Amino acid sequence: MTTSVKHLALFLVFALAVVAAQLFMRVTETEYCLTQLTMSVYYAIVVLGLCLVMGYAGQVSLGHGAFFAIGGYTSAVLTTYDFSRFTGAAWAGWLKQAHVFVVKEDLYGSQVMTTSPWAAFLAAMAGTFLIACLIGYPALRLKGHYLAMATLGFGLIVSKMLVGSALTGAADGINGVPEWKLGFGLTVSGKRAVRVENYYIACGLLLLLLVLLRNLVLSRVGRALQAIHDRETAANAMGINTAAYKLKAFVLSALMAALAGVFFTHYAGGIGPSEAGVLKSVRYVALAAAGGMTSLWGVTGMSTLLNYWSLRGLFGSYDHAVFGAILILIISLAPEGPLKPLEQKIKWLTRRMFADSPAPPQQKEVPIK
Amino acid sequence: MDSGNLVLQYFLSGITKGSIYAVVAIGFNLIYSATGVLNFAQGEFVMLGGMLAVTLAHFTPLPVAVTGAVAAVAVIGCLLEILFFRKLRHHSVLHLIIITIGLSIVIQEAALHLWDEKVRSLPYFTGNEVSSIPFFGATIPPQVLWVLGTVAVTVILLHVFLKYTLQGRAMRACSSNPEAAMLAGINIPNMRTLSFGLSAALGALAGCVISPMTMTQYDMGAPLAIKGFAAAIFGGLGNPMASVVGGLLVGVLEAFSVKWLPAAYSDVAAFAIMLLVLFVRPHGLLGRPEGASVRDH
Repeated sequence: MTTSVKHLALFLVFALAVVAAQLFMRVTETEYCLTQLTMSVYYAIVVLGLCLVMGYAGQVSLGHGAFFAIGGYTSAVLTTYDFSRFTGAAWAGWLKQAHVFVVKEDLYGSQVMTTSPWAAFLAAMAGTFLIACLIGYPALRLKGHYLAMATLGFGLIVSKMLVGSALTGAADGINGVPEWKLGFGLTVSGKRAVRVENYYIACGLLLLLLVLLRNLVLSRVGRALQAIHDRETAANAMGINTAAYKLKAFVLSALMAALAGVFFTHYAGGIGPSEAGVLKSVRYVALAAAGGMTSLWGVTGMSTLLNYWSLRGLFGSYDHAVFGAILILIISLAPEGPLKPLEQKIKWLTRRMFADSPAPPQQKEVPIK
Repeated sequence: MDSGNLVLQYFLSGITKGSIYAVVAIGFNLIYSATGVLNFAQGEFVMLGGMLAVTLAHFTPLPVAVTGAVAAVAVIGCLLEILFFRKLRHHSVLHLIIITIGLSIVIQEAALHLWDEKVRSLPYFTGNEVSSIPFFGATIPPQVLWVLGTVAVTVILLHVFLKYTLQGRAMRACSSNPEAAMLAGINIPNMRTLSFGLSAALGALAGCVISPMTMTQYDMGAPLAIKGFAAAIFGGLGNPMASVVGGLLVGVLEAFSVKWLPAAYSDVAAFAIMLLVLFVRPHGLLGRPEGASVRDH
């Protein structure tokens, strides 16, 4: 089977699984679970982005929760902040003309002027792009421990600033984020009536990003990133501009996290400071490790499943401990991810059953120092 | 209180906190130079030390409780090395980082379930909350003297240990050239275990002496680890004694940031300075730049 046929088959399987999950929940009358499933799909997008940085470019980031929060909070602040106090100003008039500002009635019937969700989305993406470039440029010149600490420090700064400032609602976060009309009759919102619709919006977004990532990974850029992951010095010597590629991968994955953050905020109707916390960032790393880091499908599946369980409260008060344990166990026992040995086993079994040929000798890992 | 005394007060509170960061930074350095692992769970040793001492203090006199807690945490440190890092020495830096982070979360959650989320503290070693010693117009609680004294004695003892005893010299040999140390008959795995035990004991001791002032809570470890790392970076990673200066610097900067920034942002100031140092001088303010090599660890 060629790679493209295999990928096409996998995309079909994914689409079928998405529909099957929804139908299963409808039949068993557990459709309320779709809410958590939708949220886990948004989280899976963050983890997928992180894979690009960790699995492909081989750089660690302990600050991806911060990018999710930057996206979510920018969108939340802009769509809930009342700009009517600036009505007299010329720039407010222009922005209103350009439909960036929309006037509507709030709960109490008074007129408020807020930013439209689309404009807020663009602002969130632009802001994330800028911050990711500013942090990524100096940080990615560092390696290993230093890079880990720098990204961790960045995440902590963002989360402390969100808790400390009144504009972002301090420890309470922001509530009452309006729905987002995407066009084509689609609305991102947590209302019950559009629950199924939102599930498909989230899955559609995930599928779109998967296709894009898969193409990126199989392209020249993907091969360059892989080379950086394996031997950075060698890649550099081959004429790969390692610094530029690492920065591109970092910024792209930050944008994916922010994108998920914006959708998540509109879907959940709000966002809190815990989204930027260190434990969230570490959880993304754990999920990437659990999925095998370089396997886009493994990561998508594992992260959706584990987050879904976590959001359904399956792990109870041991939630964080479970993710910590996942990190330790997977890295120390199966650093390639638990799915890879499983996949090899299945391949070996099927070959034995159908072709009746002896198993090929196990490929020996060469330890990279 | 006039402004001169206020400055002195800030300064004293800064060096008290800073001395704790210094101990955490020394712990980082000990493990890092012996094993090449940057132990993100370093702050957890401080938390565990405080928690265990508070619990033991219910049954035994204070000195016994503190000694017991330090010994227990040292054993935990050795066990972590034997269980996790001995086997994984050849793993990539990325993997080692992830494992120490996982350990830090699991220890933290274990503490949450063993104890609870309440804030607790050891009694003051001498005097009580209100007793204070006048000091050039500022006042200092006696516990500050305990903290500074303990840290000073520990640092001096550690210096003597590393410089003059056989074990200490073996440990330094391990960090400067493992192959040569092995050829000289030094048991490197045991030295690595010792470095974990020593650094855990140091952390636990810091956790005990600071507990009456800053309280002990299950989630105190992570911020301490980051600031300790900032201190280690200031001094230059791989140089335990320089991190004392680094620690005091971070503590004083943090204390004075309260003057200009809201209190909620004092951590932000410390982390922002750490980022700045990392970006501009990753080999530390006191370290020597050694070409690209510092960026390769």
